[in-house]
Amino acid sequence: MPVIGMRAANQFIRSLGVTLLLAGCSGPWNDPNEPEKPGETVYYGSYSSRLQHLDPARSYSAEEALFIDQIYESPLRYHFLKRPYVLEPALADSMPSVRYLDKELQSVSAQSPDLAFSLYTITLKPDVFYQPHPAFAQKSDGVPLYLFETKEASQHFKTLSDFPVSGKRLLKAEDFIYGIKRLADPANKSPLLGFLSNYIDGMSEFSQTVKDVPRDQWLDLRKFSLGGINVVDERTFTIRIKGKYPQFLYWLAMHFFAPIPWEADRFYHNPGFQKRNLTLDWHPVGTGAFMMTQNDPNKGITLERNPNYWFDPYPSEGAELDREQGLLEDAGKPMPFIDRATFRLEKESLPQWSKFMQGWYDRSGDDTHNISSDNFDRAFVVSGSGIDLSPDMKQRGINISTEIKPSIYYYGFNMLDPVVGGYSEKKQKLRQAITIAWNMEEFLEIFTNGRGQAAMGPIPPGIPGYKEGKAGINPYIYNWVNGQPERKSIDEAKRLLAEAGYPNGRDAETGKPLVLYLDTTGGSSGPVADWRRRQLENIGVQLEYRTSDYVRFKEKIRDGNTQLFGWGWLADYPDPENFLFLLDSAQTSGNCKCDGNNSTNYENPEFDKLFRQIKVMPDSPQRIALLDKAIDLVRRDNPWIWGYHTKEYYLNNSWVYNTKRHGIAQDTLKYLRIDTKQRRQLQREWNKPVIWPLITIAVICLLIVLPAVIAYRRRQNMRVSSVQERED
Amino acid sequence: MLAYIIRRLLYAIPILIGVNLITFILFFVVNSPQDIARAHLGEKYVTQDAIDHWVKEKGYDNPLIYNPNAAGFSKFTDTIFFHKSLSLFTFDFGQADDGRDITTDVRTRMGPSLALAIPTFIVGIWVNICVALIIVMFRGTRLDKAAVVLFVTLMSISGLFYIIGGQYLVATLWKLVPISGYQTSLSAWKFLILPVAIGIVSGIGLGARWYRTLFLEAADQDFARTARAKGVSELAVLFRHVLPNALLPILTGVVVVIPTLFMGSLLMEAFFGIPGLGSYMLDAIRAQDFAIVRTMVFVGSVLYIIGLILTDISYTIADPRVRLN
Repeated sequence: MPVIGMRAANQFIRSLGVTLLLAGCSGPWNDPNEPEKPGETVYYGSYSSRLQHLDPARSYSAEEALFIDQIYESPLRYHFLKRPYVLEPALADSMPSVRYLDKELQSVSAQSPDLAFSLYTITLKPDVFYQPHPAFAQKSDGVPLYLFETKEASQHFKTLSDFPVSGKRLLKAEDFIYGIKRLADPANKSPLLGFLSNYIDGMSEFSQTVKDVPRDQWLDLRKFSLGGINVVDERTFTIRIKGKYPQFLYWLAMHFFAPIPWEADRFYHNPGFQKRNLTLDWHPVGTGAFMMTQNDPNKGITLERNPNYWFDPYPSEGAELDREQGLLEDAGKPMPFIDRATFRLEKESLPQWSKFMQGWYDRSGDDTHNISSDNFDRAFVVSGSGIDLSPDMKQRGINISTEIKPSIYYYGFNMLDPVVGGYSEKKQKLRQAITIAWNMEEFLEIFTNGRGQAAMGPIPPGIPGYKEGKAGINPYIYNWVNGQPERKSIDEAKRLLAEAGYPNGRDAETGKPLVLYLDTTGGSSGPVADWRRRQLENIGVQLEYRTSDYVRFKEKIRDGNTQLFGWGWLADYPDPENFLFLLDSAQTSGNCKCDGNNSTNYENPEFDKLFRQIKVMPDSPQRIALLDKAIDLVRRDNPWIWGYHTKEYYLNNSWVYNTKRHGIAQDTLKYLRIDTKQRRQLQREWNKPVIWPLITIAVICLLIVLPAVIAYRRRQNMRVSSVQERED
Repeated sequence: MLAYIIRRLLYAIPILIGVNLITFILFFVVNSPQDIARAHLGEKYVTQDAIDHWVKEKGYDNPLIYNPNAAGFSKFTDTIFFHKSLSLFTFDFGQADDGRDITTDVRTRMGPSLALAIPTFIVGIWVNICVALIIVMFRGTRLDKAAVVLFVTLMSISGLFYIIGGQYLVATLWKLVPISGYQTSLSAWKFLILPVAIGIVSGIGLGARWYRTLFLEAADQDFARTARAKGVSELAVLFRHVLPNALLPILTGVVVVIPTLFMGSLLMEAFFGIPGLGSYMLDAIRAQDFAIVRTMVFVGSVLYIIGLILTDISYTIADPRVRLN
């Protein structure tokens, strides 16, 4: 080998050795996370789609709530451990007191026929402060430090970290009033404006008043009064609700009712700030356990411990088995337990899952479980006794958190449709026959790996009105056999179909086959589509697909231009009212002149009457009795093919503690505890780089290049005479 | 040449108006402003008032292209098309439907896109040229035939296969680099090395095969034969004589792409979690954000036109016989 070549090769080997040595010392090569500060406890999570809004008045998605709910707090919240779900005071010092008023605003009893309003009085915890924020920074004379006249004056401030000074501010009752006024201001485009205007006294009027006010700069909403909400003192305020609406307490646990400091709203309306994406919609300001320190599409979202967070101890009570599962070990300790949480946007499931398996994410998912069907077989074994972790997962120390979402997925019959709609006994039997044939247990087994529970009615498990066992089965669709619900037979479905006027799936009068049309946004082929067809073929009914994009699909539902369609509902709060209202006649698109939630256009006066009673009653045996009646009515009318309630499985690495899932609340980051030492150790163990492929590739390249070099050299050294000799 | 460039720039105006019009029509054939409002306001409790307010605030309450109620030229200017699409010519991209400033977002996301695209582009071309020239050196031999078969095979494999296969082998199985992610600091290299390598490998089949064809044509020309007869080594013949003479068709395909590198790669960015303009566009389509879609299509068209003009200019540099007039 020539001297220069030897020298180069030696240098390469030396530099490779140094590189490998350095890599070996500095930790795994595939570590995607930034270095942690000494002594810092960091949580690593992910989210799956781009966030649109972080303004609590505007955001209404679970993914956004994953962040907003760590930063903003509301008067109430859900107990982390107790089941069924229980509300508890958050920023409120105690549960709100309620007083009933007549039209003259005089007190009346809860049963009084003159009852016109409910007055909720909320007193706040003392000494609660907002996170440090430049909006609160003041000069020595009390004038805000960052208040600019022109956009040129603020042009050096491009991100929040460019503001060197932050201030501190005490939470006041007026901040809640300001937050509610922001909900009522149409400029903030709150999705709840229309809904809450039906309840909060004076909200519509306020909305109309501020709608036409010129908006060339910040509009101080404090100057406009909203009749139904009032400050009593610095720590107390009242909200006046039209009529009786006990579910309002649940709304007080949602981020829509988070306090908004007016200084923050003014700060973000500084000239030129919007152009630099410095808005409240992108940079939240709250009292919660965490504050957002980075919201950068390049780096993801970073939350850091709010140094001003109030003393919030970990709960000392829980549900059954919580103590055995170690969920009460941190009882009484101040939260949060982590210093920083970084969330990375992961749009594809493969990288997300790989990073979890390599230990770079602490849990399989934050907003969703991220366990695709492909990964399910690696993660779980399904046996007669249910779903359990696979041996590989057990060896890694991974554990499961399950969550039955307060949700329902169903196929709706359009009750206005001449074929499947209507309320006669024949139509009821037709829908019951189709529902029996539509074997949801089989669907769950084939397509969701058993991650779900067939629905017996509109109410999911964990919600008052849901019943386990024999008492809870839908008698029109199931029999109770050997202590188990058993779907009625296909013969029974055929009998009902014949009684409905379609013997063997043909119209008894015309002899034509019964063809149903399913509106869908998916395709008309594929395993699920074929499965659906087979279900109805079992009773001689044909199924055709009418596919369209989501926008057209929603339009069809809105216009009642469907026959059969798939739909779902995820509850806002754990009350049966939030499910039964999906069948309330006032919620049909035609009646409410809106995008009605009653997508099947179900209208039964008897049900409506029961619903109106249930809606305003507190939980009680009387309410459950009325619920039973209402549920029986809809089971008989069968406006839905009762679908299923999802049961989700989340995986947690062994170093994460207090991982109990809450079906509704998202403010659970503060409860998590991380054993960083164990994490670091296992990450190193699981991520030792495999070097041999690199060496193999290098050798292969050499084997390809070397003959080529030899051939080239031989060719270059070839002489005319030797070529001539060879040719001869 | 200046007159030529000015003329080409003037031609670009009707082309851009046409592109905008087509984008506009395609978008609004599928979605009405009310549909877009519904998509942004969410699934629950949406009232007609909220929809109307959103539509009005975003300026979607005008007729689409022609306003019969307006007078004179306002029939065309008091329309959504004029306000939303033609305003792009002033490079005022406005706000996305979620309220964020598009210009700021585009500027922020351009960096990661370029960090991925430039190395893939430069190293990719260099590798393709080298591989093609080496194969040309052994033209007519079994190695040449085997290489062509390999190139066709590489071309036939889906880009997704390279990505998923590469991620699985290199990041998941061998744990050599992070499977996805991005950092703005210098440590971004460890996130970029795999997508860049995959981009280069997946492009070898198509690129090297095409370049080989071009080089073969030039390799047996008189100037090459003369150089060989003078005793110039084969490597020098290929790199000093064959390559420059085969450069014109290469420039046609390469220079036009340079400006569009800013636009990023939809697939690579999505799979590797790189927050560039490709994923920005993809997210906007998913979210039915017309403001971003129209901006990206406009910027893409402008860059493409610039690419075509640069190609023409590069001809004059590569081949002095070419004159632009």
